[in-house]
Amino acid sequence: MSSRLENANPVIFQRSGERLLTASEEDEDVHDPIDEREIFDLIRSINDPEHPLSLEELNVVEQLRVKVDDAGSTVGIEFTPTIPHCSMATLIGLSIKVKLLRSLPERFKIDVHITPGSHASEDAVNKQLADKERVAAALENSSLLEVVNQCLSTRNI
Amino acid sequence: MKEGLSLVQRLSAHPDSRCWFVSWSPNGTLLASCGGDKAIRIWGQEGDTWICKSVLEDGHQRTVRKVAWSPCGNYLASASFDATTCIWKKKNDDFESLTVLEGHENEVKCVAWAPSGNLLATCSRDKSVWVWEVDEEDEYECVTVVNSHTQDVKHVVWHPTQELLASASYDNNICIYKEDDDDWECRVTLEGHTSTVWSLSFDNTGKRLASCSDDRTVKIWKNCSPDDQQGDLSWKCVCTLSGYHGRTIYDVSWCRLTGALATACGDDTVRVFKEDETADPEQPVFSLVAQVAKAHDQDVNCVTWNPKEAGLLASCSDNGEIAIWRFQEES
Repeated sequence: MSSRLENANPVIFQRSGERLLTASEEDEDVHDPIDEREIFDLIRSINDPEHPLSLEELNVVEQLRVKVDDAGSTVGIEFTPTIPHCSMATLIGLSIKVKLLRSLPERFKIDVHITPGSHASEDAVNKQLADKERVAAALENSSLLEVVNQCLSTRNI
Repeated sequence: MKEGLSLVQRLSAHPDSRCWFVSWSPNGTLLASCGGDKAIRIWGQEGDTWICKSVLEDGHQRTVRKVAWSPCGNYLASASFDATTCIWKKKNDDFESLTVLEGHENEVKCVAWAPSGNLLATCSRDKSVWVWEVDEEDEYECVTVVNSHTQDVKHVVWHPTQELLASASYDNNICIYKEDDDDWECRVTLEGHTSTVWSLSFDNTGKRLASCSDDRTVKIWKNCSPDDQQGDLSWKCVCTLSGYHGRTIYDVSWCRLTGALATACGDDTVRVFKEDETADPEQPVFSLVAQVAKAHDQDVNCVTWNPKEAGLLASCSDNGEIAIWRFQEES
């Protein structure tokens, strides 16, 4: 590993197992609202920008920090940067946001925040991620979009 | 008749894209829209329906964030994320690109014409506000660059009659500018919002200014300068509309004909407020008189009152749609 890594030896967490499908979920006639586990499955395998690890393995995302209200069409995610001065925090948050924007029905309002108290520039990062105009402008920047897409690409494990 | 907002027409204006902003021409007959598809569309009425009269493409390389008509209605300015502002000239029923204003370091967020039509203001994520002068030969020259904000500048708007400019920013503040010896400078900063100020709208007299914010409030600011001291700018917040909006308020429009105040919100709702005429002007009271929940399927980005037809309101949304509404007051 290169010495430029901000957090060279991160603690690695175990990945969760596959989700078990219930009988009602397999029944096409039953209304099946989007739940926390489904949202978590969408974001847990996002790649960390600097380690060959997923956000789940670094404990950046956890299922208990996912809030979904299917009827109210809202999703709230809290993510925890591995270190309080992580310069990648905005990029990680942006990747989570883009993944959900691309995956969920358009009716959903997606709020991505830093877990309170886990980052030195928490308010600034949260404000940036909540500003859809700046997010839209960022995603028109082809080099930034490429980095986001790399985080979102599926790795062969 | 019951008061409320009734839908006149819904238009798929910028399919598969965002519609960021809509703007009525000064005579109220045309509506310009712009969006994430880099295009500007001009809408006009044919019989009872609004149809697309022309599409202005190839002016910008990236999102067109806002558009503004000149006071004479012959020019349209478009602000783009590609860091430029395009000036379009109306020719019969079509528009041609006249000139491109360059200089901002990155995304241009807003453009506005002064009431005289001789001045144009632009603002950008580069934190600056630029004032441009227009001469008879359609030449544009930047006369001032003001750096009073510490963050991304979201909106600029001119006073309805005077050469007074206001800007709103990601730094939570509003700045008001006046010319002084050929130089434009910020004369007063309005502090009070606790998050990004997204938009501003003057009332018909220009004595009051409404602002809307990510903090989910609308504030009404009043110019308290004595009439005999025009240069002495003093503004104070006389009213805060709080508790009505579920998410960020992206736009506010103060109707110069009826005094009704409309808001565009990230909770998909269009709301209309009216002032209680019996209240103390120093402590005005506004009440919610109409709202359409799910006015659009996604965030409402803009609301704007028709300048000639009282009660006609246009809104647009992240889903690419425009909606035209009629606001009916109690009678």
